[in-house]
Amino acid sequence: MLRQLTRALVWGGVLPLGLAAQTVAITGGTVYPVHGPKIEHGIVVLRNGTIVAVGANVPIPAGATRIDATGKWVTPGLINASTQLGLTEAGGTAFSGGYDDRSAHGTKGVTAAFDAWEGVNPASAFIIPAWQDGITSVLVHPSGTLLSGRSAMLDLAGGTVDAMLIRAPVAMMGTLDPAAGLSQSRGEALAYLRELLSDAKVYATRKQAFENNQSRAFGASRADLEALIPVVTGKLPLALNVNRASDIRAALALAKEFSLKLIVTGGAEAWEVAADLAAAKVPVMVGAMDNIPENFSLLGQRQENAALLRAAGIAVTLVGNGPGDEENFNVRNIRQEAGNAVAYGMSWDDALRAVTLAPAEAFGVADRVGSLQAGREANVVVWSGDPFEFSTRAEQVFIRGALQHGTSRQDELAQRYLHGKPEYFKP
Amino acid sequence: MRMGILALAFLILLATPGGAQVPSGGAAKPAADSAKKPAPPPGPGALSVPNLDPFPSTYTPFPSRPTVIRHVNIFTADAPLIRGGAILLRDGKVAEVGVTVNVPADAIVIDGAGKYVTPGLIDTHSHLGVYAAPGGPAHSDGNEATAPVTAQVWAEHSVWPQDPQFPRDLAGGVTTLQVLPGSANLIGGRSVVLKVVPSRSVQGMKFPGAKYGLKMACGENPKRVYRARGPATRMGNVAGYRAAWIQAEAYRRRWDAWLADRKGDPPARDLGLETLAEVLRGNILVHNHCYQADEMLQMIDIAKEFGYKIRSFHHGVEAYKIADVLAREGISASLWADWGGFKMEALDGIRGNLAIVSAAGARAIVHSDDPSGSQRLNQEAAIGMAAGRALGVKVSEEDAVRWVTANPAWALGLEDKVGTLDVGKNADVVLWSGNPFSVYTRAEKVWIDGALMYDRLDPAHQWHTDFELGYVPTTGRGR
Repeated sequence: MLRQLTRALVWGGVLPLGLAAQTVAITGGTVYPVHGPKIEHGIVVLRNGTIVAVGANVPIPAGATRIDATGKWVTPGLINASTQLGLTEAGGTAFSGGYDDRSAHGTKGVTAAFDAWEGVNPASAFIIPAWQDGITSVLVHPSGTLLSGRSAMLDLAGGTVDAMLIRAPVAMMGTLDPAAGLSQSRGEALAYLRELLSDAKVYATRKQAFENNQSRAFGASRADLEALIPVVTGKLPLALNVNRASDIRAALALAKEFSLKLIVTGGAEAWEVAADLAAAKVPVMVGAMDNIPENFSLLGQRQENAALLRAAGIAVTLVGNGPGDEENFNVRNIRQEAGNAVAYGMSWDDALRAVTLAPAEAFGVADRVGSLQAGREANVVVWSGDPFEFSTRAEQVFIRGALQHGTSRQDELAQRYLHGKPEYFKP
Repeated sequence: MRMGILALAFLILLATPGGAQVPSGGAAKPAADSAKKPAPPPGPGALSVPNLDPFPSTYTPFPSRPTVIRHVNIFTADAPLIRGGAILLRDGKVAEVGVTVNVPADAIVIDGAGKYVTPGLIDTHSHLGVYAAPGGPAHSDGNEATAPVTAQVWAEHSVWPQDPQFPRDLAGGVTTLQVLPGSANLIGGRSVVLKVVPSRSVQGMKFPGAKYGLKMACGENPKRVYRARGPATRMGNVAGYRAAWIQAEAYRRRWDAWLADRKGDPPARDLGLETLAEVLRGNILVHNHCYQADEMLQMIDIAKEFGYKIRSFHHGVEAYKIADVLAREGISASLWADWGGFKMEALDGIRGNLAIVSAAGARAIVHSDDPSGSQRLNQEAAIGMAAGRALGVKVSEEDAVRWVTANPAWALGLEDKVGTLDVGKNADVVLWSGNPFSVYTRAEKVWIDGALMYDRLDPAHQWHTDFELGYVPTTGRGR
């Protein structure tokens, strides 16, 4: 926790150059603060990387740089809460010379102490296209099975991992779905998870005995048990990938037994157990474009899932569960998920919340990102129209108050070949 | 186009009602009803004479009534948007389309105010049925990855008609699919063109009269799969294609010579070479998986060396680098809107690909290669259109409609049957809840050959495969 506090204090000191230190007033747009109703002709004032005022009648500080957003839509930067941005590019290291830092080698599917974000490449070519589409923050999670490691929330600016971090860790990630590569059967996985959680509790109170070799054998390494302590003390959420309705119920029972702060990911059949999820106040992360019974854990998945869960009062985060690109190259397509959620019954406001404030709340960073209110990071997007429509462009993107500029690798390629055979250089 | 004797025979067969099983040259007529006859002659295949249609389509259109959709915005894919127009579907065909149409007394009349009509969408690159859901080795039937050239396999023999992905595609407005073998092999085998309809058999889904396609693959996949036995390099890949075509040309000459006078024993049949010879005769269309621009240019040279045409490059994430060449050569490009980055040969994918290719005058096509993307070809087209406009490339909605209708119809050789709403074309039609390029729009009704095959608002018009019964909860409206 100390490390988190330090980082929270430090990032103010490593602001990106540019507008961050200036005062900016975005005026005239329709402002969607998310935590409250939309504001017509609203004003958003940013200073030193932070939002300082939002409203219809807030004073515009003298000397502020004005951004005229008349006719535009202004929202918080979008959050994609299921990514592996910066963890892999161009396929694996062995075949392509690219890199793949998504997973750790553990035993019995447990790599709880794996901090995936430490491997993030801040120079990944996929980052600029993400913020160009208005995604300003991402959760970076590890790959793996039973307990795959810890995830972090990062802003898509800053230049170094430390500077990008909003908070880390924000969750322990895992799965109880054999279809997701679990090496154990369901019952074995649950029993092992219970053993680990119990061990973590014991270890937390008997560290010295462990060091003195006066402890019984534990089911995981010291580092993994250490990583699980905040999980069993209810401080760090456990985000479990569970899809079959019965697996979701098992996760709920486990969470109750150990007083865990559970987040359901995957959630293919969550709509079938919406009442139980709502009663337990468990946030759920689902996609809005999943409807194929790809395996027997996913038989009931349907595109109305998000809308049905929301109708039951559940905090819903929308993520991309597609063929893989949604977590890397196409992190930007979270907009399409949100639009499809609306097409399948979710209210527009709820869909916007599901890609901003809902993930921020689920992962404990709502004090920093996810809404437009004073004191939050100045992650703000000015859109040409409805952010979920394909025809809409993110015209201005502020991350921590800095207006983002930059040409992506994709932009450079497009420009080079836009008019036919290129001149590779001018002789 | 080269027309060998087999090609002519093929055309004659197509024109003969119910005569699809007659082998070329009429070597032996199968008995129409063999029950009463004591000794049926051997099947045509047993005579070692190529049978061009041994698994004939048994598709017949579903029952239909004359249908008028009026007060609706119509993208015909062949003319500017008709605002507030009308269309009449009758006897399985587009009978009238315009600002107004005649309304037959027995017609179902649908008010389409605020809605849009397009031709049924066509996906040139699907693996539905051959990589059926649920996935896994039990349903992994798309790659005969046992040798780098497997021209002898036919994708239709892997298609599981009860794949629950079919009805989902239909609900996305897709009415015609090309199902291809995978891309592990240099030459992966024959594709099959299907109508997205329920049937006990793949034959019942086969698009009558559609040509076969040949799947070829460039680049990383074959050399990765076969690196132990070869090809292990791109130069190995090219040597492999050329060796196959050399054999195929010799085979074609042998057979065409024999077919000219039919004297003596026919040459030995070889299923793989038979398929390749049909490509050389122009009767099978080449669909070439190829990511990189430089490799596409080499494949064009190989096609010229052996005298065949490439009908469509698939995936083509670098098609934008050679858009002018694709236009000049008359090769279509089946593309994703925005996939890239997942391997080295996909690294240079850009969102402007479709628009740049289209603006250069080549036929741009949105393909899926993905059961999820195939359900949202209209959304993919919208992504491509928006990206083009952001680059300053002129792309109209009419252009983007063609990316998912008329252009893929051409790539499958079906441009005279489907892909536009011209009068006389098959009545494959989608009624959309709004502008098909909006993320909020959904296909509301889908007709194939004039028959209503999907109705989002009527559970009775929603097809559930055998697999889904008792497993997938029926959810009333939609899925």
